[in-house]
Amino acid sequence: MTATTVERSQPIITKTPPSRLSRILERWPIKLALFIIVILWVIPTLGVLLSSLRPAALVNANGWWTVFTNPGANEWTFENYRTVLTSEGFGNAFLNSLSVTIPATVIPITVAAFAAYAFAWMEFPGRQWIFVTVVALLVIPLQMALIPLLQLYVRFDLNGTFPAVWLAHTGFGLPLAIYLLRNYIGSLPSSMMESARIDGATHFEIFTKLVVPLSVPVLASFAIFQFLWVWNDLLVALVFLGGEPKVRVVTLALRDLNGSRGEAWHLLTAGAFITMALPLFVFLTLQRYFVRGLTAGSVKG
Amino acid sequence: MQPVVTEDQVPQPSPIEPPPRGKAGLRTNLLRIGVSLVVPVAAAVGIYYAGTVLLDADSNRVVVVVMALIVGVIGVFALYYGMDWVVNHLPERHRDFVRPFAFVGPAVVILAVFLLYPTFNTIVLSFQDRLGQEWVGLDNYIAIFSNSETLTAIRNSIAWVIVVPLFSVLIGLAFAVLADKLGRKGEAISKSFIFMPMAISFVGASIVWKFVYSFRPEGFGEQIGLLNGVLTGLGAEPIAWLQQEPWNNFYLMVILIWLQTGFAMVILSAAIKSVPEEIIEAARIDGASEVQVFRNVTIPSISSTLVVVSTTVIITVWKVFDIVFVMGGSRFGAPVVAERMVTEFFTNRNSGVGAALAVVLLVAIIPLMIVNIKRFREQEETR
Repeated sequence: MTATTVERSQPIITKTPPSRLSRILERWPIKLALFIIVILWVIPTLGVLLSSLRPAALVNANGWWTVFTNPGANEWTFENYRTVLTSEGFGNAFLNSLSVTIPATVIPITVAAFAAYAFAWMEFPGRQWIFVTVVALLVIPLQMALIPLLQLYVRFDLNGTFPAVWLAHTGFGLPLAIYLLRNYIGSLPSSMMESARIDGATHFEIFTKLVVPLSVPVLASFAIFQFLWVWNDLLVALVFLGGEPKVRVVTLALRDLNGSRGEAWHLLTAGAFITMALPLFVFLTLQRYFVRGLTAGSVKG
Repeated sequence: MQPVVTEDQVPQPSPIEPPPRGKAGLRTNLLRIGVSLVVPVAAAVGIYYAGTVLLDADSNRVVVVVMALIVGVIGVFALYYGMDWVVNHLPERHRDFVRPFAFVGPAVVILAVFLLYPTFNTIVLSFQDRLGQEWVGLDNYIAIFSNSETLTAIRNSIAWVIVVPLFSVLIGLAFAVLADKLGRKGEAISKSFIFMPMAISFVGASIVWKFVYSFRPEGFGEQIGLLNGVLTGLGAEPIAWLQQEPWNNFYLMVILIWLQTGFAMVILSAAIKSVPEEIIEAARIDGASEVQVFRNVTIPSISSTLVVVSTTVIITVWKVFDIVFVMGGSRFGAPVVAERMVTEFFTNRNSGVGAALAVVLLVAIIPLMIVNIKRFREQEETR
């Protein structure tokens, strides 16, 4: 593909390449503009990170930028993180967030992948209109489901439990998952599916041995989506899991800390960074898949 | 689509060979019944045990995490494996008919229970009183549109829906276009800085920006918030940013712009890169300036992506709740509809008004839903 475009565009470019100097001059304002935007975007997070590493007395005495303006007067400490993780309960909340997030990511992917395969490669009555319903459900606001689901959970005594949150997140994540996976799985070559069938593979075998391995990129990008969404969610956790210290997740712990110690910036910044650490890590290491998933979902069409 | 598979080509996943054409011997039949009883019972016992651990808040945290992994990760796959096993042991003439439902069934059930049923039930609840016991007609809607706070929330939400997408798409587009002119590495690095906030929760972002806006009244020490630090550094008076009505709305919108710009930028960047280089070169050779190329070639080529990005951001903005909730915006004249909905239902325990507010949220989104379905139908036809 690249070879043909290069070939085709070669006769067109007849312009002489601009001189080095003019290119530098042309790029300089661009670089400056980009640099300013990047600085504006990074500074808020930087302030939080630096403050979380300064002793409480210093955080309260002067702004975090004194780290740069007067580096000699600064000290570094992990004390804030220790306090937040133990006495403010963020350590426990971190484990709770993991217990919520991992199943709430895996369950919808599995359920959606099977459904997506069926929508793409199996014949059954109602296939078209069930899928149209899925497309319609894509934009239903989460708020529409809160009240009846809470009543349902209370009736079945499920409220405040992890499975309640998993299932809720599965339900809310499922339309997008089915939609993305079905588009991808449906675009796999049909000749491949047919030859697998002729070789005697069952649908289940085709799915597990052929479709899943081929769909790793789209599965990964949805997994990152769902992981970030569940980990960062406040609303679903607030309504279905609640703020009991035993079950509350990191976002709720941070909200509670903001409510009880709203001006204790040495703790708030450390707490904020603890909630951000894992998603930032996942995001930065798997960014490639995430971007691919985003663009696959939106550029088409 | 429906491939022909003869009986002997179907590999049997279980050691118990179902004899062809369903004429099983007594022994095989008994075995089959035995297994099909044992498997669900064993599964039920396992799920029950796992359930007691998971549902009990006092359980050891690490045990819970491990259990969660086992149930969530392996359990769900085992469910499908079990269903496939059951389907394979059905009489042959039913298998092909039943199999697709084993694949889509769980998804359909979950969608029905967790989205469809609640949506209809919420609409019903919006016509009932605060406890959902008596019919009150349109009272809840009248309450919404006559209460000054919810009216303010609707006004604010409309402002959010206009301002946030506008700025995030404009900044995102500008950044994508400019970064496109950098080298590969410079582009990737600068983009990931803008993109990074996408990994941060709305709560986390709220705390980050609450720190930026932080304000200390006279006599409570030096200003430690960045903005007030800059102001006092320049010799000006500090400002209590988040209490300045109605401007505090915009200060809260900045948080969401900060979060959403990266999303707009990444998708627009991909769209810009997919504009064929030949068209752009041809325009340049015809003497078009860079600005003209951008206006007359790039923008028309990415217009559909611009629409998609804007609608996605609009939906996110319309549903935003966390930022206002965490920042206590409603105390200072900056409530929004989604936040009111949660407060009415969760804090004020009024399911009627809460449901009516949720319906207001939904109704505004219905046009987008119709557009989505239309777009999908068109895509299917060209497939």
